[in-house]
This record gives sequence, C-alpha cells and structure tokens, in this order.
Amino acid sequence: MQVEKFCYDNKIVKAFGYATVIFAIVGMLAGLWAAIQLYAPATSLNLAPTTFGRIRPLHTNAIIFAFVGNCIFTGVYYSLQRLCKARMFSDKLSWIHFWGWQLIIVAAAVTLLMGYTSGKEYAELEWPVDIAITLIWVVFGINMFGTILQRREKHLYVAIWFYIATWVTVAMLHIVNSFEIPVSFMKSYSWYAGVQDALVQWWYGHNAVAFFLTTPILGLMYYFLPKAANRPVYSYRLSIIHFWALIFIYIWAGPHHLLYTALPDWAQSLGTVFSLMLIFPSWGGMLNGLFTLRGAWDKVREDPVLKFMVVAITCYGMATLEGPLLSLKNISAIAHYSDWIIAHVHIGGLGWNGFMAFAMLYYLVPKMWGTQLHSKKLATNHFWLGTIGIILYAVPLYWAGFTQTLMWKTFTPEGQLKFQFLESVTNIIPMYITRSVGGGLYLAGALLMCYNLAKTIAAGKFIANEAAEAAPLPKKINYGKEHWHRWIERRPLTLLVVSLIVVVIGGVVEMIPAFLVKSNIPTITSVKPYTPLELQGRDIYVREGCYTCHSQMIRPFRDEVARYGEYSKAGEFVYDHPFQWGSKRTGPDLARIGDKYPDSWHYNHMDDPASMSPGSVMPAYPWLLDDALDTASTPAKIRVMQKLGVPYPAGFDKTANQDLTAQAEAISARLKKDKIETPANKEIIALIAYLQRVGTDIKLEQKTMAGETTMQ
Amino acid sequence: MKFINYLEKIGGVDILGLTSFGIFFIFFIVMLTWVFKADKSKIEEISRIPLDNQEQ
Repeated sequence: MQVEKFCYDNKIVKAFGYATVIFAIVGMLAGLWAAIQLYAPATSLNLAPTTFGRIRPLHTNAIIFAFVGNCIFTGVYYSLQRLCKARMFSDKLSWIHFWGWQLIIVAAAVTLLMGYTSGKEYAELEWPVDIAITLIWVVFGINMFGTILQRREKHLYVAIWFYIATWVTVAMLHIVNSFEIPVSFMKSYSWYAGVQDALVQWWYGHNAVAFFLTTPILGLMYYFLPKAANRPVYSYRLSIIHFWALIFIYIWAGPHHLLYTALPDWAQSLGTVFSLMLIFPSWGGMLNGLFTLRGAWDKVREDPVLKFMVVAITCYGMATLEGPLLSLKNISAIAHYSDWIIAHVHIGGLGWNGFMAFAMLYYLVPKMWGTQLHSKKLATNHFWLGTIGIILYAVPLYWAGFTQTLMWKTFTPEGQLKFQFLESVTNIIPMYITRSVGGGLYLAGALLMCYNLAKTIAAGKFIANEAAEAAPLPKKINYGKEHWHRWIERRPLTLLVVSLIVVVIGGVVEMIPAFLVKSNIPTITSVKPYTPLELQGRDIYVREGCYTCHSQMIRPFRDEVARYGEYSKAGEFVYDHPFQWGSKRTGPDLARIGDKYPDSWHYNHMDDPASMSPGSVMPAYPWLLDDALDTASTPAKIRVMQKLGVPYPAGFDKTANQDLTAQAEAISARLKKDKIETPANKEIIALIAYLQRVGTDIKLEQKTMAGETTMQ
Repeated sequence: MKFINYLEKIGGVDILGLTSFGIFFIFFIVMLTWVFKADKSKIEEISRIPLDNQEQ
C-alpha cells in the first residue's frame, strides 16, 4: 500500500507547553501567598482582591485548569498525533482551542479576584465563563475526534481511551454542576439548593479530581512512560481493566466528601463503598506503571524524566490508598475539615500532577527542539528540591490535621470542651510556616526547570513540523472473527458512548433519589426564606469566599454539638442557592453563628478580627464598612429566587427594597446603642443581617415545640 | 425534629441497590472474562504502538 507523508504539528504542543510552565509558576505563587496569609494575615494587604478567600480559589483554579489543564493539552496534542499517525484534525481548531483556553484563564483570574464567584469549590467561575468553557471544550472534542477518525493506526491505544473518557465525563460534570440562573452579567444562583446542591457539587468536585487530574494524566503516563523507558507497558491487559474499572467506580465516590453531614445516609454509604473499591483499579494502574520499569531501574538512576515519573506514580498510589481510607466514616470523622485533607490533595497535586507534568516537559522539550537537555544535574536538583518540598509541605500538615482534631475533640474531666477553637489555630502556626517553606522549595525547583528548559531551547532548533509517514487505513477492513474489545477500539465513537453510559450510571443512581424522593429532605416548617437584606448579605459572604475557611455544617458529634450547637439538618438548607457547607475549618463552623454575638461584635470583628479574638488569623475586611450595598440588584435577585422555587409572595420583588431598608435601619440603630455610628446602607449591615440569621430558624422551631409541650 | 431513617422512606430503595449491584457485577464479570480471553499476540502488538514511531 502507498505510504503517505505528513507532518506532526509541534507548534501547538509548544504553545500549550509554554502555557503549562507559565501557569505552573502563577498557580504556585498564588498558593504560596495563600499559605503565608494563614500565619501572617497582614499579607492579605487589607485589600479585597488579595484576601485568602479570593486568592485560594485563584490558586485552585489556576493549578487545576491552567497548569494541569494546559499540561493535559500539551500531552494530548503531542501523543494523540503520534498514536494516530496523523496530524491534528484542524490547525485552526487547535489554535481556537489554545487561545480560547488562555482567554478563559485570564477571565477566570480577573473575575475571581474581583469577587465574582458561584461559591462552589473548583466551579467558582460565573456563568459567562462557564459557557465559554463549554464551547472551547467542544472545540477540543471535535479536534480530538476528527484526529482519531482520520488516523492511520488501526487500534486505539489505551492512552486515547483515557483521553476520550476524560473529554466526555468532564463535559457532563461541568454542564450538570453549572446549572445556574443568571441574575445579571457575572452573578447567578445555583439551580440546586442545600443538600442537592452539595450532592451535585461533590459529585462534580470529586470527579474533577478523577477526570481532570487523574484519567488524562494516566493517559499521559501510558504514553510517556513507555516512551521514556523505551519498553511497552508492563501489562496491557491490566491497563484495559484499569481503564474500565476506574471510570466505572470513580463516578460513584463523590458523597465521601459529605460523610456525617445532612446528606441522606444511604448516599453516604454508597460513596464509602465505591471509594473503597477504588483502591483496586488505582493500585492496578500504579503497579502497571512501576512494573513497566522492572529490570530498568538503572535507567531511573540516570534519567530525570523517569525519576520524576517514579515519584509521581508512587504519589498516585499513596494518594489513592489514602483517599479510600479517608472515605471510611470513622477516619473522615477525624480528618474532615482539618489540614489532613490539604496534605492529602497536595500529595496528589504536587506529587502526581506536578511531577508528571515536569517529567513530560523534560521529555518533550529536547525532543521538539532536536537537542539534549541542557543540564541533567539541574534537573536532578529540581527533582530533589521538589521531593523534599513535598515532604516538608505534607508532613507538617498531617501533623497539623491530627493536632486540630485532637484539640477540637478533647473534653476536660468535668465534661467541658478543653480548648477554644482559636487555640487550635495558634497551636499549628509553626506547621503552617513549615508547609509554606516546603511549598517555596517546590516552587524554587520549578523555577530551576524554567531556566533549564530555556537553556535547552536556546541551544536547539525548534522542529515546527515533524515529518512522518504511514500507510493509510484501508477503507474497509476485514477483521474476520475478532475480539469484542477490538470492536470498541476501532469505533472511537462507540467508545465515547460506552464511556458515557458507564459514568452516567453512578450519577443517576445517586442523584435521582436525592432529587425526587421528598422524604430525603424533611421539611422544617420554621425554616423561612432569607429577607432581602440577608440575601444580599449572603451574597457578600459568597463573594468574599468565607466558605474557604468556614464550614456551615455541624456534624452529629458530641464535641461539635457542644462547641457550635445543634447539629445541622437537611431541611435547614432548602433555600440555600448555593449551599455553603464548606470543606475546611481554618476558622470555626458558622452554622449556628446567628444570635451568638451582638451586632457590634461582628462589626468590630470584620474591621479588625484580632481586636475581638486576639491571635486570630482571619483577614480584615475594612472595605465592607465603607462600601455601600448595591440595592439595585435586589428585585432581580428576588425574581430569580422565586423562579428557583423560593416562596416569596408574588410581587415581592417590587417591595423588597423597602423591607431591606427597614431591616438595615434597625441594625444601624442597634449598632448606635453600642456606640457605633454607621449609615444603614453599608455592606457590613447586610453581612451582619445574614450572619445573625444563619442557623436560627431551627431554634424557633425548638422554642415552639417547647411551648407546645408546656401547654400540653 | 426527629432524625428520620431515610432508607425507610424511599419506596423500593432495595430495587435501586440491587439493580446497581447487578449492573456492577455483570459489568465486571463481562469485562474480566473478555480481557483474559483476549488474543495474546494482538495485545502485545497494541501495547507497542507508542514505541513504533521512534522519532530521531
């Protein structure tokens, strides 16, 4: 058969590669800054855009979607062409994808710092950006499938399945979790409320880890590891099992983020069971990777690419053993809300994602510039800086996690809580400092890589179009009697559909009952919609990212009930669009903050937290005291809430602002009694109104019930 | 408010559990059977795809 000549497009790979490096540095700097703010709150600069609540979402989004996202695209655009023996389907689509994605990242950075956020972790971006992501993702999909359909290689190598599953699942997760109704440009309310919102969010959140940070990187592993080691993967059979088992099981595991919360118990149990099963495919994958190097460990000693990969795959194994263990209710009970979880995700983030990205870059740059790596020694130094960085990052945080939990749960012999919450914070500050040193070392290593790669690039000559040749696939192939899986492999669209069905099952089984069965969220009659002022205050709470440090979910434990109050019930959150349960307690839980302190306490505390709680690491929010509340948005907000089923009376949008002003003036008057003079139209008034409301409705019910009992 | 055992309140929740277990079980049995019945030389061939086009 006639051999065709064609070129691989390296230019697009180079562009994504540069973006990977740039956003690695940006994302890590944001992370380091956020880490320093935890022990030196003044480094928030007392400015709204640079407080922890906005820098932390910037860090997570930059690392996940900008750094790892661009790393995925770099690897996919490089490996897919070679695995398919075809140039990318369309150069134009490649560049639309590239520039579209970078624009989204810039838009994300700007809007997150400005405080535009949906308030859902790792899905903070507001609706216009969500739509842009969807469109660009579709462009990527067309380009990828176009390439696959034009391939000159009969079989689809396992890496491509991982790419396909990634594409289809991320599309599904992003769309389902981003259902929101716009209030205005850059402001929307989640379509779901409370428990349902939490279930969808953590189904998304967990599977963002699975299908954005894991499956595509596994695809890269299955391509670049054999390449770098120059030998096929240990067991291709195992890789098939790895693939199907992983995508089938992963999608179910989301509820393990909500153990002991108000999520229905059956959903929690499903999450736990499937999380435990995940150990098997994950470790299958890890062993498949490590065994590929059997008999080649001498190469690992020489080659920095393999060094990074070995640690990356080991970290993958560690994180995927730890994850299922954390999904056991008894372990979750002590780990959740503490810094243990932060340590856990950074084993995955720094170890698995970061090191795989570095390995890939060290492999690709010399290849694409037709030269040798500038300095193996520098790369080895980077490896050690990174590895020590990970250890210095993670170990103190594990320690901090245990310390926090122990202090939270300790009672005196008299049955009182032994420690104030603040003591658990001040106690772990040395650990926070060490962790930022670890992060700093890791960043220094990455900078070393930048220098090394720049020198390599300067020494080589870029091969923009790499010549290749292969015979085209015959129009019709007679396969004869064949293996079923090859039938799927030959039909990428079938693979797409089957993958989609596999990942849909888990979501459907968990979500449909939670949505349709009313008894899952028992109604509490005393729970009423927020007043307009409280609603505005809640939006400020969301805007400032309070959920990044404060939970609003009291688990039914003795210490939590003693410390915070009655444990949280599913029915309390039915008007919470979005839910704000949070996932970390750097500060105390706020589910019962209402009526706990006088208004003036909140006023002073937001102005200067340390003035009310000496030693507090909370940033100051002085602008809330000065900025006027935007009441023009109130009617639109009320209308959207009505659309979402919140029972405000008809026509309430027109009178809502009168209601708002009256409540604001009452608060202003109360503050005046405590010698604080402030106009009623400031943002702080709305925030105080919201904080004083949180978790109080149920107290009303208890009072009524107590009253009824007395009457009987 | 009393904490209600949710499982009792979902009509036919046992069917849901059984069905998902069934899907799960069948899915894995089918997958494993076929994977282990697969033709060895073919598998070997596919696993070498990344190495076939060594640049340089």
